[in-house]
Amino acid sequence: MTAPARRSAARLRPRSDADLVAGVVFIGFGLAFGVAASRYDVGSLLRMGPGYFPLVVSSLLVVLGVVIAVKAYVAPDLAHLEDLDTPDEEKEGLSFGRVRWQPSVLLVGAAVFFALTVDGLGLLPATFGTGVIAAFARPGARPLRVLTIAAGLTLACYVIFVVLLQLRLSLLGDWLGG
Amino acid sequence: MELFDNIVLGFETALQWQNLLFCLIGVALGTAVGVLPGIGPTATVAMLLPITFNFDEPVSALIMLAGIYYGAQYGGSTTAILLNLPGESSAAVTAIDGHQMALQGRAGHALAVAAIGSFVAGSVATVVLAVAAPPLARAALKFGAAEYFALVVLGLIASITLARGSAVKALAMVVLGILLGAVGQDLSSGTPRFTFGFRELYGGLEFVAVAVGMFGVAEILKNLHDPEQRGQLVGRVTNLMPSRADLKRIVAPVLRATGIGSALGVLPGGGHVLASYASYAVEKKISKNPREFGRGAIAGVAGPESANNAAAQTSFIPLLTLGIPAHPVMALMIGAFIIQGIQPGPGVMEQQPVLVWGLIASMWIGNLLLVVLNLPLIGLWVRMLSVPYDVLFPAIVVFACIGTYSLSQNAYDILAIAFFGLLGFVLIRCGCEPAPLLLGFVLGPLLEENARRALQISHGDPMTFVTRPISATMLGLAVVALVVALLPAIRRKREVVFSEED
Repeated sequence: MTAPARRSAARLRPRSDADLVAGVVFIGFGLAFGVAASRYDVGSLLRMGPGYFPLVVSSLLVVLGVVIAVKAYVAPDLAHLEDLDTPDEEKEGLSFGRVRWQPSVLLVGAAVFFALTVDGLGLLPATFGTGVIAAFARPGARPLRVLTIAAGLTLACYVIFVVLLQLRLSLLGDWLGG
Repeated sequence: MELFDNIVLGFETALQWQNLLFCLIGVALGTAVGVLPGIGPTATVAMLLPITFNFDEPVSALIMLAGIYYGAQYGGSTTAILLNLPGESSAAVTAIDGHQMALQGRAGHALAVAAIGSFVAGSVATVVLAVAAPPLARAALKFGAAEYFALVVLGLIASITLARGSAVKALAMVVLGILLGAVGQDLSSGTPRFTFGFRELYGGLEFVAVAVGMFGVAEILKNLHDPEQRGQLVGRVTNLMPSRADLKRIVAPVLRATGIGSALGVLPGGGHVLASYASYAVEKKISKNPREFGRGAIAGVAGPESANNAAAQTSFIPLLTLGIPAHPVMALMIGAFIIQGIQPGPGVMEQQPVLVWGLIASMWIGNLLLVVLNLPLIGLWVRMLSVPYDVLFPAIVVFACIGTYSLSQNAYDILAIAFFGLLGFVLIRCGCEPAPLLLGFVLGPLLEENARRALQISHGDPMTFVTRPISATMLGLAVVALVVALLPAIRRKREVVFSEED
């Protein structure tokens, strides 16, 4: 690669990928809400329709997102979050860091599993399943220990929520004939 | 003596044995959860909030919640001192000198001083609250829509100036929070907004789900990605009672901190964090040997802890008089009020005297319980620190799911936890703090409603916000705060001030 080409490639790379991700997330939310809001009645300053306020706010969000994304190239945030374990050579710009799929998918999956099964399976099986999935989210989790933790948690939840707090939740759901 | 009658009424309520018991349980639970590493008061209150929904008496539920809050704060300080792992930014100041003291074998002293200082500051601030709240509530009744709008703007901007890291990102988080708060039926026209046709979203996103996702689940995701960097654990705590000389040395710092905290706590938008920093800075500045700070200065623990607690007390003032939360925990409190069928605001002190004064008295009792109960139990709390993380985090997920589900048996709330957990994780990784988003989420509907009302009253003239003096003053302050936050030069200086401290 020639020197100018290398220089322009370097210029294209954001100096802080964390800033760039933040900017993109904000722009995305701003656009999504903005497009949806423009379908509602906007109205006037005197009689604001349901779309007025969200339209103004989402436009502001898009602008802020653009500012943050541009800043990623020209004046990135410093890696001030010391707990992010940024390697020294990247200290100049905040780094997003790598994403581990196991904890991300399983932890979020645990909550989704609870949402999908609590009505059908009932509290106890849903709790046990959620506990198992969540406990597996830790890299290097061992199956026997995971099952023990989930069983213990289910018992604890039964005692706390059903016996002590007397929540009226069905313990076994329709799918299990409860 | 209206004030005296009110205080008597408060103590009559708070000293009923079942309320005393709930306060005690709340303090114990709050400490137990708050002491866990990485879980600050906001996350603790968010997680334990659902427990209080099933009480028959609103006052018992709120008293227990106040107990949880104080317990969580104290638990957070314990973790900060023993492990150097502050759960929230206000405890970060305590960790500076507190952990140094612990490393020098004075952990017991640091913990005791923190509790005693908090108790003294909390007691004084309770009186401030009792004296200042009723006249302020009466003044607040005169607030029109424009004033409310300006006050909410000021509060939101103030929360930006106090967030760590980039102010632009904090502002974007506030704005995103406001948008998320707009999900659900529009109040004046009834049009469902951003619901994607789901009937379950007509009532809006569940606040508890947003809070639990952004603080609880996102935090766990972060910890699983970046294996914990635990500080050096100080396992044994002996020698609790500070010496007479030590007590003498903390009298002045505690009193100064009480003043600072009481004044700053009233500010909407996170005055308690500012109070801790301000107290630390003041103590360091006027100390005869400032070099001691950062190396285990007892005033560096007593001051910020007292200021924090005083501010925690007086931050109930905007909540009770205006219905405006000063920080995320107060936003959770508003959630609890509303679930109990009470709309916090200027009228609540008149309509619900038993509730308001019972709550105020129970805060004092909660502080007292912290001193008489938590100090002897400190060994137990220290043991909580050794619960293995692989047991802890599934427990948090499961409790959060069941607790939130029990609110309205709506499975969509749990999906919201998953969504906001993931979103929160991504945003935290990008250097965005979740607290401003939560404040925006809570205050957004208030902002919109008052903007619309004010403009209707003024026949569509936006100048109404700057021609009314109170509103103009508050908006002016907000602009100043925003400029200060965004000016990079000032900002860098601010960072230097704080980094000197670690």
